[in-house]
Amino acid sequence: MNKEFKPRITSFLCKWCSYTGADLAGTSRLQYSTSIIPLQVMCSSRVDPVFLLKAYLSGSDGVLLGGCHPGDCHYETGNYHTRRRFALVKEVFESLGLESERLKLSWISASEGPKFARVANEYTEEIRKLGENPTRKSIFL
Amino acid sequence: MSSITIEKSASKGINDLLRHLLSTGKVDAVLAMRMMPDTGAWDLALVTDVKNLKELKPLAPVMTVNASQVLSNLSLSGKKIAAVLKPCELRAFVERVKREQGSLENLFTISHTCGGVFPLDLVAEGKVDRLLPKYEKVVSAGEIPSNIRDTCKACEHFIPMNADIMVSAAGECKPGEGCMIYLNSDKAREALSECTGEHGSAVLDSTSLEKLATARAREREKLFSSIEKDCSGLDGLVNIFGKCVGCHGCSRVCPICYCTLCDFESINFDYNLPYFEEHLARKGALRLPPDTMLFHMGRLTHMSFSCVGCGMCSDVCPVGIPVAAVFSRTGESTASIFDYLPGRDVTEEIPVMIFKEEEFPELG
Ligand code: SF4
Ligand code: SF4
Ligand code: FES
Repeated sequence: MNKEFKPRITSFLCKWCSYTGADLAGTSRLQYSTSIIPLQVMCSSRVDPVFLLKAYLSGSDGVLLGGCHPGDCHYETGNYHTRRRFALVKEVFESLGLESERLKLSWISASEGPKFARVANEYTEEIRKLGENPTRKSIFL
Repeated sequence: MSSITIEKSASKGINDLLRHLLSTGKVDAVLAMRMMPDTGAWDLALVTDVKNLKELKPLAPVMTVNASQVLSNLSLSGKKIAAVLKPCELRAFVERVKREQGSLENLFTISHTCGGVFPLDLVAEGKVDRLLPKYEKVVSAGEIPSNIRDTCKACEHFIPMNADIMVSAAGECKPGEGCMIYLNSDKAREALSECTGEHGSAVLDSTSLEKLATARAREREKLFSSIEKDCSGLDGLVNIFGKCVGCHGCSRVCPICYCTLCDFESINFDYNLPYFEEHLARKGALRLPPDTMLFHMGRLTHMSFSCVGCGMCSDVCPVGIPVAAVFSRTGESTASIFDYLPGRDVTEEIPVMIFKEEEFPELG
């Protein structure tokens, strides 16, 4: 395993919970993986499956989608829809024999700074073990 | 179930039925496959004049367009229409109704047990007439013709699920022994109460179709495992879809892809120089037009759970990609995680429109 390999993890985080959780991790001076590339979205349900696919096919080694806990979405039911769509993308990956581990969904609330740091670190480690996404180099996609 | 026995072949029987509906004013128009009298070419025709009915070949194993696509607007016109649909066209229409792309209210849906359709290249070459006698023989023996669409060979839903009127045309119906017409709705019973033929009650004898069901299941497994072998992992995907020329024909003819402003054809995918520069800096080369795989995987996530396996997409692909086989295989998986079956029931909502509070505990 290449020790130098630093994963790039495109992370879609909802404004009201997960992004705020990431902010809290920062203001609490918790150390978390610099592999995380945060992108703020208004709600996890704003993330069309095509966003996840685009990130994956453009060479992100991991794609993280963060939202409020079920029941806590600021648009009431957004994240329930997110969960169904995410299940769909995973199933498409599995049926096509692609590495579905490169996709991760996590519920992180605004007060869960430590959870955000933990998820970021653990997922980075998982992806580091998995290695570079072969889509990074492939030009035929 | 109410039934009518007509002492004629299924194709003659269904023409009688359409004539009855149109001439008694029960419907304003009939939609069915037609062979154009002068050229022998095939199309889907909407007929309002009884004298044009004789051109129709409603049971012909030809699908020039998935009829559910053109039926959408027609079904909202307020006119009563008798539409002869193959079982997958009916299922696709049900999927479209769920997406508010049509209504069943003014329709008489007529469908039939289906032996599968010929690929469009055979149709375009004008071979249908010549191939038909053999096709009919094979189908009435409950077997699979070797020259039909791949996904037809592998289709297990060849008995229509919820047609107002069902005609028995494969397996059960022996030429010369008359044909059975089953009436599944009050609408159908009312409209056909005076149709000639012996009225009675009967249910489709599905045992006579068991042989076909077994053969289809076997073909399905064969088709899916060959796709699994060839189209697995990134290399497999590049292998299969690398030939794609990006015409988007497959989604244009797909009855489930109903969006007139497809995202993949919108300005979102009209890239500018900075985009190319960024990608080139990383990869050193770029396939053009870009996003081949994104298009196919995007469509797989957007609609595969509703794929009815009609095979239109494979048929129009200019470079011979087995699009329909890939979509029905993945579609079977994506539908199964929601216990969904496309076209089964118009009141069953599409899986992305609903949710349960407790589900997929392994996610998140
Ligand atoms: S029809 Fe064939 S070539 Fe055209 S976009 Fe679909 S897969 Fe690609
Ligand atoms: S994806 Fe292909 S096989 Fe499936 S419904 Fe659409 S056109 Fe028919
Ligand atoms: S606002 Fe956070 S998931 Fe909807």
